[in-house]
Amino acid sequence: MANNATIVTDPDPIFGKLTWDSIPYHDPIILTTFLVVVMVGVGVLGAVVYYGKLKYLWEEWLTSVDHKKIGIMYIIAAFIMLIRGFSDALLMRSQQALAVSESSGVGYLPPEHYDQIFTAHGVIMIFFVAMPLIVGLMNLVVPLQIGARDVAFPFLNSLSFWLFVVGAMLVNASLFVGEFAATGWLAYPPLSGLEYSPWVGVDYWLWALQISGIGTLLSGVNFFVTIIRMRAPGMSLMKMPVFTWTSLCANVLIILAFPILTVTITLLTLDRYLGTHFFTNDLGGNQMMYVNLIWAWGHPEVYILILPAFGIFSEVTATFSRKRLFGYTSLVWATACIMFLSFIVWLHHFFTMGAGASVNAFFGIATMVISIPTGVKIFNWLFTMYKGKVTFDSPMWWTLAFLITFTIGGVTGVMLAIPAANFVLHNSLFLVAHFHNVIIGGALFGYFAGLTYWFPKATGFTLNETLGKWACGLWTVGFFMAFMPLYVLGFMGMTRRLNYYDNPVWNTWLLIAGLGALIVLVAICVQFYQIFASIRDRKNNQDLTGDPWGGRTLEWAMSSPPPFYNFARTPEVRDRDQFHYMKEHGLAFKRPASYSRIHMPKNTWAGIVIAGFSGVMGFAMVWHIWWLAIVSTVAMLACFIVYNFSGNKDYYVEVDEIEVMESEHFERIAVAHSAQTSHQQGLSGSQGKASITLPLSQV
Amino acid sequence: MARSVQTHGGAAHGSVKEYVWGLFWSVVLTAIPFAVVMIGGFDGRLTLAIILLCAVAQIFVQLVFFLHMNTSSEQAWNTVSAVFIVLIVAIVVLGSIWIMNHLNHNMLMGH
Repeated sequence: MANNATIVTDPDPIFGKLTWDSIPYHDPIILTTFLVVVMVGVGVLGAVVYYGKLKYLWEEWLTSVDHKKIGIMYIIAAFIMLIRGFSDALLMRSQQALAVSESSGVGYLPPEHYDQIFTAHGVIMIFFVAMPLIVGLMNLVVPLQIGARDVAFPFLNSLSFWLFVVGAMLVNASLFVGEFAATGWLAYPPLSGLEYSPWVGVDYWLWALQISGIGTLLSGVNFFVTIIRMRAPGMSLMKMPVFTWTSLCANVLIILAFPILTVTITLLTLDRYLGTHFFTNDLGGNQMMYVNLIWAWGHPEVYILILPAFGIFSEVTATFSRKRLFGYTSLVWATACIMFLSFIVWLHHFFTMGAGASVNAFFGIATMVISIPTGVKIFNWLFTMYKGKVTFDSPMWWTLAFLITFTIGGVTGVMLAIPAANFVLHNSLFLVAHFHNVIIGGALFGYFAGLTYWFPKATGFTLNETLGKWACGLWTVGFFMAFMPLYVLGFMGMTRRLNYYDNPVWNTWLLIAGLGALIVLVAICVQFYQIFASIRDRKNNQDLTGDPWGGRTLEWAMSSPPPFYNFARTPEVRDRDQFHYMKEHGLAFKRPASYSRIHMPKNTWAGIVIAGFSGVMGFAMVWHIWWLAIVSTVAMLACFIVYNFSGNKDYYVEVDEIEVMESEHFERIAVAHSAQTSHQQGLSGSQGKASITLPLSQV
Repeated sequence: MARSVQTHGGAAHGSVKEYVWGLFWSVVLTAIPFAVVMIGGFDGRLTLAIILLCAVAQIFVQLVFFLHMNTSSEQAWNTVSAVFIVLIVAIVVLGSIWIMNHLNHNMLMGH
């Protein structure tokens, strides 16, 4: 950790600030973690090589530009980072449960370590768990929902993904080489300035966020263009599925907000590397400008996370209520209103920094106004369920858990939006409880609903339902146990980010919160076991028709998993719930008269290689290894130029190949249908799932 | 990923005449503030106003002549996006100025 002996003031020309002392091998916790990571890494790589899958991995996945594979990789990466982020959460909960007063000790985490943990937890959960989960789901679903072959810029999509991976790797590298920022997840100066954070922690933060942030910005542009320009014929804006709508709004927010992050981080980088004075205490610097700018990005960011989750709940509610979504138009307008309003509320993150009554009143009221379109959505979902034939499959469990949890979180948000109340509650555990309440109970539950819902589309088999319901129940109970005590503690005056405290009254509540975190741990274990068990039993839960839930939108109109070219023939869209319309009118599951060849992008090495060099560049900049930073930057540009001047980026899928793949799909539908028929005869008329009830004529 | 059913819409490429006019107006709008500063003798506030006015005018010249933005239906998305971006940038910039004025005043920055 940052003991002063390891801070090199005079960097070496070859190794920069990097010395053997930079590696914390004297710390048993970190050393053990490091060894485990190395063993798992070597084990996985060894297994890949042993089974001769290295070429397959490179050609089919790592260099893939297929939006479905990139989506799956995003989600896998998010789950790996969830393990890291949640470990941090357990460390904090246990530290706070133990660290009460001198009598029972100060816990087991020294302050400089604890500070890095809460910083890493926030950074990882937002940037490297929530963002990849939602970008992964967008990748998986949006092109299918709008009837497109891929995203608008497939190579850019691959590059975005690998830039995100590089950012995540830099954060992980900081655990084993050097240190991470100990500043809180948004690294406010002057604490994050060179004077108070002299070593490399903040630099890791800067480069990890800069690189992955640019990846996110490219994704935003990519999806915006995809949704605007590549919809199937007939799909007007108001016929787009709701998830596509909310994704569109989220991508508008990405395009407008992420440049602010890029610039703000750049200014802080200049302060730390070139000695400028944007945010320093002296020579005209102003730290308050940093706080202002970072939240001008930060508030839209939370809507980037939550809006697509709203879209997921809309899809899930309509599907499992067997009913058209109630108030589609109002939901779309509510989304658009939130998109706009999210840009006029950023000051509510720093009500107490010294703005006057007029500023605080304006931003307080603007914040409360956001609860109106959000409330509209809650009623949309409730009225969709009203008089619907609701079936309680596990995506619906997540939706119900969300409705209750998120509403509570929203209400405490309105409390915090009152500037007068905010002066009491800011920086307390009440705030911590509030934003976990909306991010877990809103965004994360939405992603889990979406993952369960679209899992069969991505893989060809459904997730284990029983385990899914257990996971949802445990997550909900664990969440309430872990975070409701924090509301109480906030009222009792406990501030956030405490490493140690001397008020024994708080201890009981923190023990309950710790127990809640353990229940969440069980829930996460159940989720991992659910994925394992579902893969193991995949023969029993196959999705043969491509429509396991009785879906309403276009992504269910093709096989699961979809062929790499998505739609053999681009569909003509007539209705908002196009696939439901097709089923009603006997158009679904029908083999088209003929196919024509399909124009597709080729896989490319460029994304992973360019991003790889950007990772080297980031690492070199963190450690002030200037020659390596220059070399890797030149390599990045060279690769980009070589890729751009190479021809041979696309190819055609020929008709006979399409016919083979489509025939397999229709054979599977026939199998599903015959199984359905015999099943129904066996049970003599007991009701089967509506989704696979196909008249023979259609097969 | 060209799609047969849609054009590469919105990509009007302009004519030589358009580019020459764009260049002409850009040069004029650069020369005016340059001249104002070099000749000197104008009031400081007036100089600043002229520079700002010419800068904003040149943004529009470049948008129209070089980025081919207009009100035709093929350009609707570009124009709507541009208007929205200008709106959001205005909110962030003016909001920041308003907020920072308050903060600097109340927190005695630079006093």
